[in-house]
Amino acid sequence: MKARIPAVAAVLLLAVSGCSAGSSASVSAGPNTLSVGFTAEPANFDFTRTDGAAIPQALLYNVYEGLVRLDAQGRVVPLLAKSWTISPDRKTYDFQLQQGVKFSNGAPFTAEDVKFSLLRVKTDWTISIKANMDVIDHVDVEAPDHARVVLSKPSNGWLFSLTSRLGAMFSPTGIADLANKPVGTGPYVVAARKRGDSVVLKANPAYWGRKPAYGTVVLKYIKDPTALNNALFSNGIDVISAITAPDSIPQFQADDRFQVVQGTSNSEVTLAMNNARPPLNDVRVRQALTYAIDRKALLDTAWAGRGTLIGSMVPPTDPWYEDLANVHPFDPAKAKALLTEAHATNLNLRLRIPNLPYAVSAAQVVQSQLADVGVRTTIEPLDFPAVWLKQVFTDHDYDLSIIQHVEARDITTFGKPKYYWGYDSKRVQQLLAEADSGTPEQQVADMKQVARQLNTDAAADWLFLFPNVIVAKAKVGGFVQNQVSESFDLTGLAPR
Amino acid sequence: MTARVLRRVAIFVVSVLVASIVVFLFMAVLPGDPAQVALGVNATPELLAKTRAEFGIDRPLVTQYFDWIGGVLHGDFGRSYVTRDAIGPQLLDRLGVTLWLVGAGMLVALVIAIPAGTFAAVKHRKAAGASVSGLSQIGVAIPAFLAGIILVQIFAVQLRWLPSGGWTPPDQDAGEFLRGLILPALSLGLVQGAVLTRYVRSAVLDTLGQDYLRTARSKGLRPGQALVRHGLRNASVPVVTVLGLQLATLLIGAVVVERVFVLPGLGSMLLDAVSARDLLTVQGIVLVLVAGVLLVNFVVDLLYTVLDPRLRGS
Repeated sequence: MKARIPAVAAVLLLAVSGCSAGSSASVSAGPNTLSVGFTAEPANFDFTRTDGAAIPQALLYNVYEGLVRLDAQGRVVPLLAKSWTISPDRKTYDFQLQQGVKFSNGAPFTAEDVKFSLLRVKTDWTISIKANMDVIDHVDVEAPDHARVVLSKPSNGWLFSLTSRLGAMFSPTGIADLANKPVGTGPYVVAARKRGDSVVLKANPAYWGRKPAYGTVVLKYIKDPTALNNALFSNGIDVISAITAPDSIPQFQADDRFQVVQGTSNSEVTLAMNNARPPLNDVRVRQALTYAIDRKALLDTAWAGRGTLIGSMVPPTDPWYEDLANVHPFDPAKAKALLTEAHATNLNLRLRIPNLPYAVSAAQVVQSQLADVGVRTTIEPLDFPAVWLKQVFTDHDYDLSIIQHVEARDITTFGKPKYYWGYDSKRVQQLLAEADSGTPEQQVADMKQVARQLNTDAAADWLFLFPNVIVAKAKVGGFVQNQVSESFDLTGLAPR
Repeated sequence: MTARVLRRVAIFVVSVLVASIVVFLFMAVLPGDPAQVALGVNATPELLAKTRAEFGIDRPLVTQYFDWIGGVLHGDFGRSYVTRDAIGPQLLDRLGVTLWLVGAGMLVALVIAIPAGTFAAVKHRKAAGASVSGLSQIGVAIPAFLAGIILVQIFAVQLRWLPSGGWTPPDQDAGEFLRGLILPALSLGLVQGAVLTRYVRSAVLDTLGQDYLRTARSKGLRPGQALVRHGLRNASVPVVTVLGLQLATLLIGAVVVERVFVLPGLGSMLLDAVSARDLLTVQGIVLVLVAGVLLVNFVVDLLYTVLDPRLRGS
């Protein structure tokens, strides 16, 4: 009986060793292996039924391919379609397909699969962006390598949507278990997954295009930003896909083992104002708030000065970008004058934000700067996503909010009066519709008008554009500097 | 003895059931709509309604509860709203990781506490004993996550001896598994070890004052010998109690340590599931954790009767 306590400990350990934790996805690192750290883990592999950025980030262009893709400059370029033509009425698209393409399960890729995949969005997808494909009237298989898509009305947005997950090509033989076994035509296949830890991609031996440089890519999921940084410092990973807290960047810059790649993103950090309710239904009040906030100082405080001041809902990678950052310069005197003019001198607004670091730090700056012009704000951090989505986004129960709008070309949300902005402008709705149906030149001209109108109306205050900051070991090259698509594109990465 | 065990079993079962109701109700009042979170920002009202029906969260709470608990009794924890996979196998998988962590943390704690506590008690009049007590006071005040952050900075980031996080299953690569477990186990175990040291010290001090030890000493045994042969078993009774209580703390500490070290255990699963409003998954995890803590209490109770002959007659 002497050894009772150690025995208890031993029993504990024995009990524990009985439960092994299943198969894992970690691989022995070789020179041909790259491991990339991300913060958001895909819940499953089925982006047709599960929303969120994490799944397309891992799979789009890497495992799944579409007819077209976005290049690093944000232009629509060929992928599974070698080329395409658009009819004069801009409703009929003829796609000439690459030949000899196979899905990772061996099935050949033909125009039949184009028809199957595009029509399946309407019937089987459940995520809400599927509405972008509603404009398809029908799809014809003209030849195995020629698919014709006919739209019910001209739509530039439709072709752009094809570069996103909506355009991913599926095989009827490969959709039995999308959540666990994705089957695409891309350069990588999913080899293993360990929930809460990682996903392993292996090069697809039958890939039709250029072989990727890394035979194995491990996507490591590390939620905590500090732990993510430590993993790179301690050699656990080779790349941090996107830095989520700026204070660590100088540390990496000062260390010649690492490189920092900084570009732009599609994420506008926006001070949303409830346009539908007093006092923010008065354009003078909204303009006053815009004059009252020193966005340069806010960017310095909230994101260490990294990021771009934009002044409207357009990132520099969109063709209709104009620098509107100084249309409403920082001018507290003008802000006070406008508030007086609008008889809104005793405001007390609820600033209801997601409980995320960038929003919390930006909110504090907004609060103190608005206080300087006599506007009191109460900051209410809400659990994100659940509570923020329900109360602010769905129920529109807010005066002000701060959130990143991450989707590409989400300026179109200002064309929806029921969206949480509460912004209802016939002119903007009409311009958006014309931009979508016109020629590319008309589209650019109309979209510039939209952006200017939103800025004039101070429909929101675009605080800054989130930077895309990748940190990697110095020996890894080929990164896409500006994040324009939904994909973390592995196809161009190569040792330097 | 049998009656005592049976009564304990009954208490255990009722406690787990009550806990399940409490957990379920907590989830029910949590603000946020699981369907909205699953569908994202552009969801239409029709789609939301359809998804709520699919999740079964549009039914009365009572129906939902009995449906869930009925499944759990058959070992079916339902399907996750987010991953759409069965929850049960996931729970087992993650539980394995957490148990390794808790077990290793406990081992570290015992390896520290038993010798240190005994030493501090035996030498309680000397500077050496007092300094051990002092050290344990400091250790108690350091939270596990802070210990973790400091350990990572030293051994992973600066020295690069050990990984800063991540998990390798033992059946895949035992060496990597152990390397990955060292820092998390230390983070969890150092604090617990400091707490336990104080209990061991006071338990041993108590024992040292007992009559039977004086008897043993008078037979010519040295204090250390007397303690090992006669005292430790008695001293272990309060220590085992505390160990049981500490296991609950260890589980909670494990949740935090899993986050710092990126371990795919129950803790990280719980945090993810709460933020995604994956209610069924949260219910499953919390139920497993609560049942685990209750089970430990139950086992500690039984161990008492083994360790302390005085309890056997009752």
